[in-house]
Amino acid sequence: MTLQTIIDSLISDTVQTSLPLFRPELALCATIVVLLLSRVFPLLDRIPPVAIAFVGAVAALVLAMPEGGMASLGSIPRIELFTGMLVYDSVTVYLRLFLMGFAVLFVILSSLTGIADRNDGQDFYSLVFGATIGMCIMASSNHLLSLFLGVEMASVPSYVLSGIVKGRRRSSEAALKYAVYGAGAAGVMLYGASLLAGLLGTAHIPTMAQRLVEFDVASKLADRELSVMVLALGGLMLGVGLAFKLSAVPFHFWCPDVFEGASAEVDGFLSVVSKAAALALLVRVGIGFGSEPANMARPGDPPPSLAGAASLDAGATGGALQFVAQRGVEDDGVEEPANAELAETPLSPVRTFFVTIVAVVGVVSCTFGNLAAYGQKNIKRMFAYSTIAHAGFMMMPVAAAVALLGRNPSAASEAIAALLLYATIYLFMNLGAFAIVAFLRNSMQSEEIKDYAGLIGRSPVIAVAMTLILVSLIGLPPLAGFWPKLRVLQSLYEAGGPLLMFVMVAAAINTAISLVYYLRVAKTMCIDPQPDTSRPVQLGFLSTSYVVAITLPVVLLGFAPDRVAQWTQQAAAGLFG
Amino acid sequence: MNLSDPIVYLSLLVFLPALGALVLAFFPRGREEAIRYTTLGFTIFTFMLTLGLFLNDKGVRFEEGAAGMQNLFAAPWIPSFGIQYVMGLDGISFPLVVLTAFLSVLAMLASWPIKKHVKAYCILFLLLETGMIGVFMALDFFLFYVFWEVMLLPMYFLIGVWGGPRKEYAAIKFFLYTLLGSVLMLIAILMLYFNSDLTLLNPQQLVDAGIVKVEPARRGAEAQSVDAAFESWRDGDDPLAQRFKEIQAETDPAKRRQLPTFNILALQRIGQLENTPFNEDLWLGKSIQWWAFLLLLVGFIIKVPSVPLHTWLPDAHVEAPTPISMILAGILLKMGGYGIIRICYPICPAAGYDLAYFVCLIGVVSMVWGAFAALAQNDFKRMVAYSSVSHMGYVVLGLGVWSLGQWTGEPGSFTYNADYWKMGVNGAMFQMIAHGISSAGMFFCVGVLYDRVHHRNLNEFGGIFGRMPVYSGFAIAIFFAGLGLPGLCGFIGEVFVVLSVWKYSQVLAVISAFVVILTAGYILWAIQRVYLGAEYRGPHGEALTPMTMREMVIAVPLVAFAILLGVYPQSLLNYMQPSVDRQVDQLASWTQQYDTDRAALQESIGKDDEQMAEASKR
Repeated sequence: MTLQTIIDSLISDTVQTSLPLFRPELALCATIVVLLLSRVFPLLDRIPPVAIAFVGAVAALVLAMPEGGMASLGSIPRIELFTGMLVYDSVTVYLRLFLMGFAVLFVILSSLTGIADRNDGQDFYSLVFGATIGMCIMASSNHLLSLFLGVEMASVPSYVLSGIVKGRRRSSEAALKYAVYGAGAAGVMLYGASLLAGLLGTAHIPTMAQRLVEFDVASKLADRELSVMVLALGGLMLGVGLAFKLSAVPFHFWCPDVFEGASAEVDGFLSVVSKAAALALLVRVGIGFGSEPANMARPGDPPPSLAGAASLDAGATGGALQFVAQRGVEDDGVEEPANAELAETPLSPVRTFFVTIVAVVGVVSCTFGNLAAYGQKNIKRMFAYSTIAHAGFMMMPVAAAVALLGRNPSAASEAIAALLLYATIYLFMNLGAFAIVAFLRNSMQSEEIKDYAGLIGRSPVIAVAMTLILVSLIGLPPLAGFWPKLRVLQSLYEAGGPLLMFVMVAAAINTAISLVYYLRVAKTMCIDPQPDTSRPVQLGFLSTSYVVAITLPVVLLGFAPDRVAQWTQQAAAGLFG
Repeated sequence: MNLSDPIVYLSLLVFLPALGALVLAFFPRGREEAIRYTTLGFTIFTFMLTLGLFLNDKGVRFEEGAAGMQNLFAAPWIPSFGIQYVMGLDGISFPLVVLTAFLSVLAMLASWPIKKHVKAYCILFLLLETGMIGVFMALDFFLFYVFWEVMLLPMYFLIGVWGGPRKEYAAIKFFLYTLLGSVLMLIAILMLYFNSDLTLLNPQQLVDAGIVKVEPARRGAEAQSVDAAFESWRDGDDPLAQRFKEIQAETDPAKRRQLPTFNILALQRIGQLENTPFNEDLWLGKSIQWWAFLLLLVGFIIKVPSVPLHTWLPDAHVEAPTPISMILAGILLKMGGYGIIRICYPICPAAGYDLAYFVCLIGVVSMVWGAFAALAQNDFKRMVAYSSVSHMGYVVLGLGVWSLGQWTGEPGSFTYNADYWKMGVNGAMFQMIAHGISSAGMFFCVGVLYDRVHHRNLNEFGGIFGRMPVYSGFAIAIFFAGLGLPGLCGFIGEVFVVLSVWKYSQVLAVISAFVVILTAGYILWAIQRVYLGAEYRGPHGEALTPMTMREMVIAVPLVAFAILLGVYPQSLLNYMQPSVDRQVDQLASWTQQYDTDRAALQESIGKDDEQMAEASKR
């Protein structure tokens, strides 16, 4: 193989395969460029930045639609892009749609609340779109390098965004705290990634999984070899970075301060898409390291070359299952499949390690977040703890999915579908909540819960919408927030085992715990008398319509979640071939 | 869209109040009288729909004396989660649905004194009614759960906004208790769901569960046979049927998968199978159904409520406004009892058999505790609230009695006879309806007084009879109905339950009979302190005006029904008894089978080695 052929195949791979599938991100990149250039060219400067941003976001959303419509979600093949750096599959497509859809809604919100005015708009939207591209990379990451790149691309603009309101001490403090914390976490994560890559000789996640099979963790563990310790350490350090992005306990300390200091719109951004992207990354890591590659039956194969990486494509994850099933058919036995189900596969220790950590961190985050939210007086701070709790809840199906990987791939796919459904419905709930907080801040200059007293008399639509959103966040039927919680509990039950059963019971009881603080806000708005000193609340027609438009899905998806649930199921099924 | 189709008729019955709430949302502010009348109109129309089930001679009708599920229908709701829209009525749910619609009308009439935020009140009230009717008609476990939870939020606000001085505390306490119970219920639902398997059922059972629909006889064509219906369903294009076929076609038992279901009727059949999958061990040597039963029971007895989970009730009742207290006592408490009879026992019979004494004990303790607590109260409403705890204890006791047959002289000759068991369950069901009428009436009577004198202190009343003779007459009739005076509705249920318990446990029967004396004690004492006496000396004496016409309209039907059910209980039993008897018969034959199996197992292993038997069972 000469240098020329490598370069040729690289170019053809990039231009013919990768870039066309990368169009939504490219659209955002182009929008950023236009936004930045608009400062330079006076003609462009006349156009309000929000218009450019809106057009860019809508274009990205349209490009992110799968070609055959949503129905074709399940039939999207798994393709590795950019020589294995990224992976394009149904989950990538679904999450990109999710991120782009959020971007559109977010642009509308920011123009309604006026956070991005004419002078600041270019910067604001460039940062938002930059972070969104980073999140897309996180969601489709297939390589430790792109993983790190994605996390940093999503984080760095977020640091700036949280301090975008200039001249406010709290805001700057939040941004600084976020940046310092983020830098520390990124360093640890990079170290962990380098340990893993060094030990396994590659950073391409499917190849790493294959190396892990060859590494034979189980027997090394039995021999008490130190290299297993290094491996575990690398995994843990990688986990630190993820936990930071997820604001999972014990790496959650930045979250309340940043949420309180940053503006409500940015909080909405951080709490919805940033969390969703981090969870997608967790899925990529968990599924990537947890499932045996297709060709594991032939250990000692040369690692796939640069151009050949794409040939790994479909079935790399579903492979283990096929292998097991074939063996079951070849043997005559009635018992054989049952044995195969329980058989220890080479990656079982890796899965156990991952499941234990994710499940424990998830349940601790969920409980801690719910308990800490009790005492909060500031609504944004309360929602910060609420997002910690929800992130913990959303980690649980990932643990369940990885636990189910070897045994029951269709159940594992259901668990991932539960996560996708959770993220989708969470988008409407949290964006709605923070939109209301932002509108109320503009109207009454306060973000204290006690100032919401008697809101029902001053602005009934907003108070009812907020109450519906809060009740949906608790997870009470018939509002939409109930279904994902139910699906998570279902997947945990199906995964079984003492740990996950405990997690399920704890998660269910957490629903009851969370009731009190969400309901306290609803109570303040709807039951408490209106203080005499309160300022009038005046919301424009557009703002009210926006709130209603975001709240409506929370109600409608509660009655008819079937369509979205099917999409998530198809998307998740694609992950497992 | 044709009203003679059960799916249309029953859906309308459930969702008509919600529709009303939607209509009200568009009413302009300030038109309070119009809002009240519209709400009343919707509740009356809903009640008329339930009455239509008695009369309608074509299409949708509730047949008197039929035991099975009537007007059953199933439609897909959320196929990707396996959740169906299944509803139906039988003798257990039908009287409760009628009671709900009836009490909703009366409670709305009683809501006239409410002056604050009338529009919001009416909207929440109607949403609450949808939830209540839905719970009694839903036959899919999830639909049931959704309706169960739908009630919580309106109830929270109805207590929290329109309640008394400690309304917020009472409202959140109610919410938290119920939510905790329903979360436990959710876990139990998942446990049962994942261990159920529709393919274990035969075609007849699938038809009974509403999964397979049999074409009824039409002109020119005979009714479809069960097998033909099953085959046409299985070969049809229903996704559920396709999965059913797929799984049945799989011959290799190791690869065979389950077809889980949320259908309550199907779960009942699966739970009563001889080797039901719910018998598998789960934790601490107890089976899945044992744990599921326990979780469900806790969820339901919170709602009943039984001691020791009853503490939300006095607070909620005392703080709630009068009409909401009527709804709470009259209907919401019945949901716990309904859940036990519809879900706990039929789905988890082995656990119910095992825990029968425990359930009965809970019932008796609640009866005694509630009665003593009622004796100690000085607040009129609180006294009535505790009397509810005591009276609902009869329901739990009657449902829990597993008095199956009797031992004759020589050992080993056990004759199976479910008559007393039937009597207990019928008594419990009767008590639910009777208590729905008498407790709603009692709360209404308290409310009438409270509206006038604005206090409820029993020791400051007295002499009401002289000031308000008509009201006092109605009130005393209602209180006697609650007491269980023969000839009034409370008597039948209590006597049935106590009689049936005698065959099960004489100790419990003696205690429960003794409670009747306590009940007489607190009710007579309350009547004496409130209505009798020379003259009223408490505050606001000048406000004691005679009953208004509106109040009469509420009181008269309540008293009329209390007398009707007491004098001619058959009017209710005709509708209720066949279904209750059928369920008990099924459980009785299940128990006989279970006992025989266990005896055979013990014999084959050796009588003296019980432990071996236990071990082999596992």
